[in-house]
Amino acid sequence: MSAQQRAREEILARMRRALDGAGEAPEPPREYRRSLDPDVDITAMLVDRLVDYKANVHYGLNSIAAALGEAKRVVVPADLPAEWRLGAAEFAPDTGLSTADLDRMDAVLTGCAAAVAVSGTIMLDTGAAQGRRAITLVPDHHVVVVRPEQIVGHLAEALPMLDRTAPQTWISGPSATSDIELQRVEGVHGPRRLDVVLL
Amino acid sequence: MPRVALFITCVNDALFPETPKAVVRILERLGYDVDFPAAQTCCGQMHANSGYKKDAETLASSFEAVFGDYDAIVTPSGSCAAMTRDQYPHLTGSDIGRRVHELSEFLIDVAGVEDVGARFPHTVTYHPTCHGTRALGLGDKPLRLLRAVQDIDLVDLPAADQCCGFGGTFALKNSEVSSAMLADKCRHASSTGAEYLAAADNSCLTHIGGGISRLERTAGSASVAGRRGPRPIHYAEILASAA
Amino acid sequence: MSTHEIVPAASLIPADAPFPKAAKVALGMPQLRKNLAHATGTIRAKRANVAGELDDWEALRDAAAAIKADVQHRLPELAIEFERNAIAAGAQVHWARDAKEANEIAARIVRDAGAEEVVKVKSMATQEIELNEHFEAVGLKAYETDLAELIVQLAEDKPSHILVPAIHYNRTQIRDIFDQKMGDAPTGLTDEPAALAEAARLHLRRRFLSAKVAVSGANFAVAETGSLVVVESEGNGRMCLTMPETLISIVGIEKLLPSFADLEVFMQLLPRSSTGERMNPYTSVWTGAREGDGPKDVHVILLDNGRTGVLADEVGRQALSCIRCSACLNVCPVYERTGGHAYGHVYPGPIGAILAPQLEPGRHDDLPYASSLCGACYEVCPVKIDIPEVLVHLRQRGPHQAGEQAAMGAARAVMARPALWRAALRAARFGSMPWRRKGFLRRLPWPGSRWTVSRDLPLPPKEDFRDWWKERQR
Repeated sequence: MSAQQRAREEILARMRRALDGAGEAPEPPREYRRSLDPDVDITAMLVDRLVDYKANVHYGLNSIAAALGEAKRVVVPADLPAEWRLGAAEFAPDTGLSTADLDRMDAVLTGCAAAVAVSGTIMLDTGAAQGRRAITLVPDHHVVVVRPEQIVGHLAEALPMLDRTAPQTWISGPSATSDIELQRVEGVHGPRRLDVVLL
Repeated sequence: MPRVALFITCVNDALFPETPKAVVRILERLGYDVDFPAAQTCCGQMHANSGYKKDAETLASSFEAVFGDYDAIVTPSGSCAAMTRDQYPHLTGSDIGRRVHELSEFLIDVAGVEDVGARFPHTVTYHPTCHGTRALGLGDKPLRLLRAVQDIDLVDLPAADQCCGFGGTFALKNSEVSSAMLADKCRHASSTGAEYLAAADNSCLTHIGGGISRLERTAGSASVAGRRGPRPIHYAEILASAA
Repeated sequence: MSTHEIVPAASLIPADAPFPKAAKVALGMPQLRKNLAHATGTIRAKRANVAGELDDWEALRDAAAAIKADVQHRLPELAIEFERNAIAAGAQVHWARDAKEANEIAARIVRDAGAEEVVKVKSMATQEIELNEHFEAVGLKAYETDLAELIVQLAEDKPSHILVPAIHYNRTQIRDIFDQKMGDAPTGLTDEPAALAEAARLHLRRRFLSAKVAVSGANFAVAETGSLVVVESEGNGRMCLTMPETLISIVGIEKLLPSFADLEVFMQLLPRSSTGERMNPYTSVWTGAREGDGPKDVHVILLDNGRTGVLADEVGRQALSCIRCSACLNVCPVYERTGGHAYGHVYPGPIGAILAPQLEPGRHDDLPYASSLCGACYEVCPVKIDIPEVLVHLRQRGPHQAGEQAAMGAARAVMARPALWRAALRAARFGSMPWRRKGFLRRLPWPGSRWTVSRDLPLPPKEDFRDWWKERQR
């Protein structure tokens, strides 16, 4: 047996010894909410929560150009819908761009997998129109397009919409830190500007 | 007349007779027949919380022997009531704690009264003691009883939910930290300008009162612009004052 | 701009001293106390606000506590399930019995990747095993990338909080640390938090984009999928988890969750309890390695390091439910006044007081007494760890000084006999007669002196309740 196998067997044996006679734990109660009340306007709530965490919100396909603002070079996933490429920017499809190439981009434009109203969370799972994780990380400005059917009220409704074993990034506002006197300040290593376009 | 047993607690037995006297007066005024089992001593909390489980078990068994036959046991201590309810099941498997009521629980939940017919023409601030509030879940029950007292002037205590730093043997073992917590509590209590600081536990009141008394003496007239800090008082004594 | 020389708090507060002694030093540091009171006060209000937004908060806590209890009871099977799924997804899974083993495995992976330095995501597990110190000793360098960790590392200090290791510094002190220690701090750096964050961004950016190996911990490990989850704010986590070729994640075995859907519980509780946000800015979830996206060489080190010992204690094992949110630190009246260094362990505050002595049996025996048992910690704990219950449970192990034992035994003997108790009460009344005129005691000999150092003590009354009652019955 290798040292690694020995460590594994010993830890498992320790666990079993520790639990000797412990029996089973009761089935966890799940009395919590899995959705919001039906009368909640989830789009309005999503907007409220996004703005609260300093994201900018835009409406309609045509607002993409405004959301991109002054960005000249914009990286996009190779499968981004062609009709989203709006405005004067130069769009660079990600065909395996190097880190240095990505670092020269002014912005990134993607879709998403789901958006959660109650916490203002945009969820990416590298699926359609999202690309790999690095393209939404290195550029300093992220513009993300949300389709109406991707908006849900509650986290529990969003999780089943994700590809569970794909790399995921859940984004709630731009990069921020609470490390100085426990006050939230926007802007550290991730994109410091987050624009959300609601279709 | 319905009969209740009175558990006065060891602290009141030794130092504060006015509090259990007040409980007797309130309960009798409401028509209860109060019994004081003379063999009572201590619930065992000091031992349990200091890590002396065996000793605590002995005292829990004594408590059960003294109070076992009563349907309702009233005590003017949130901390001791919580001890019987939370810890006895683990110590001796006894569920007698379900029949032990902190005074405000008994008055509001069992007797169904908020106005006990008291009058107290003074400024009072109220400190919600930790065990009463958190372990026992008294909520605002003592405050509700105080609000119904005639002519009382209740003022809010800043940072009321902060522990006063007593914590039983904590006050001795970690005397410096405890004293720092106490200093803040005394400062907040004095800032209210109240004549009295009321609470549901005389152990915490001994601590806060001892701190205020010391500050007054050491700081002399310099303390809070020369004004005296509030006097500690168990809220039962306010409720017992006659209208 | 004038700056003050930074004296690391950890160099002033003796880590090996018993808690009361170390606490006394911390209590004598006014700036430290001011910073702690300000920061904990801020976060307390924020937490209460966002927890209050959810009408099912208590149901979430109940679910979380029960899921964690279930995990503890099924730990061997869940660990094996995680391992199987992570391997199937392309990860390599290692097991480490203790800190030394985990550090050695990590160092070997770094060397095999041909690297001499790593970038690090903030991780309590790596602090616990002192990975940075081990790397230093074997000629490797670990760069902290979390802002607070960076501050602490630059200041050559030690963390004083689980979530915000630099909580004991205010913005001006942080500016001074950057000015003096960062090397490439912008000239004329102000103490505006945004400017400080920008300085950290510039300082670390090239390192992120060129790092070959990253080391992380994990907030959750999902058995059902073999996924790991890292919860963060700044994007340094995303950088470390995405850009390097090799990723090493050191994960305590208690971090397991049975299913992916369990995140619907914990990802509501954790951000609201820790930073007081509805959701933290970034959460990363990854499962093994993914072609063309992120690290190719993905390692998971499952760490015991005393955890199975905690698991064996029926009452104490609930400490393994901890999700490291630090809500208990922020509400603790003791922590607020002493900060984390006084605890002398990587896990300070109420959770540290029950975790440290269990992870390292025989050490940190003084920590279970570093609490007034006020219960504020239990009230906010998102996974409902009954910290006061465990504190009291651990106090049974002692140490109990001989004098204290004798006093407690005597008290019990008296209190267990009603006649003796009544006699003792009478004796106390008579014994205190000489001081009666004053009405209080101002100075007692040790150990009573520890009371009278800051409080007067009332004297027994002339007539006690029992006399009154007897009189009345007549």
